[in-house]
Amino acid sequence: MMAAFIFVVSMVIFLQFFVFYCRSLIAVSAKQALSPEVQEVTGIQRAASGEDFKRVMQLLHLCPERPEDRNGIQAIGTYFHLLNFLSSTVARLVPSMKSWTDSERGHCTYFAAIALERRISFSREMLAQQMDS
Amino acid sequence: MLGLTQYTIWCICTLLEISVVVCALWKGAFRRYLLLNIYMLASVAVTVGRFKILTTYGFTSDQYVYVYYYSDTLLTIFLYFALASLYAHVLSDLKVERYLRFATLVLLAGTALFSYAVVEQSTTRLLSRFVVELSQNLYFVGLVLTYILWGAILKLRETRMRLVQIVLSLGVYFSLFAADYALRNLYPSTRALLIPLQQVIGCFLPLAWVYAFWRSPEEARLAPSRLMAVPR
Repeated sequence: MMAAFIFVVSMVIFLQFFVFYCRSLIAVSAKQALSPEVQEVTGIQRAASGEDFKRVMQLLHLCPERPEDRNGIQAIGTYFHLLNFLSSTVARLVPSMKSWTDSERGHCTYFAAIALERRISFSREMLAQQMDS
Repeated sequence: MLGLTQYTIWCICTLLEISVVVCALWKGAFRRYLLLNIYMLASVAVTVGRFKILTTYGFTSDQYVYVYYYSDTLLTIFLYFALASLYAHVLSDLKVERYLRFATLVLLAGTALFSYAVVEQSTTRLLSRFVVELSQNLYFVGLVLTYILWGAILKLRETRMRLVQIVLSLGVYFSLFAADYALRNLYPSTRALLIPLQQVIGCFLPLAWVYAFWRSPEEARLAPSRLMAVPR
């Protein structure tokens, strides 16, 4: 009984903390501007859309991985799937939820685009170091 | 015996724990978050100790099982003190550090006594059951404390982004561990599945703290109320 109570409460609080944590990661990237080059590559000109997330993630996986980004990208990927689930279930019944999930999915795409920008810079730095040596 | 995947996760987790300390030193945050870093160093030391016991006595030996659970309990207690230090950061203006330390000790003793009382009534294998029960309760109390801390952050309008991220990641970590232990208590037969899962969950905290130390400068600010905004 006690264990069941702890399990249920933990899962409910986990969901809250997970969503807040992901939003705190997104808030960091929202303050950064995308370079024209990454805007062109990703096709994100003004506001990012959730529809572009998959494509930006594919581009992201083409670049060499940076260990310090891995956690954030995986967390946001999971958050994006959670939003997709909400969008296809609860948001159908609550219209305001639909616009919120769409906006959040757009923020996830923007986060991925900023991560892509960092990885491109990282690859360039590595290449420059190799050329120097 | 542990498989290659489990050894790999173990190594990655240990490297990440070392990375937390290195990142904190590199970014000049080691002393500011001293107890968090001490926890990570203690975690590395425990890993080395567990590995030695594992190679000497084997994975299924009683020695390894006892060392595993008791070191886990000790680490959770360390994490309690790290959490108390986060409280001290958030409540620094109120000058309540002394009371916080006292409250942490009382809570620890209370949790241990409660776990002992529960187990004493329900099982014959007192010692082994006690550590699982105690771990479950310690993680759950840790989760409740983190939730209260998050409430304090919102109430006091704490805006330090690094601190906010550290607290949120701690909340995720405590909740996943408490849920994992609760499931193991509910369904002891799932132990084989839930123990490797614990290893993966264990990597989350050092990863999140590496990210917080590396990517969020101390001067970065974030209004936590923005994170709460939901559609109406």
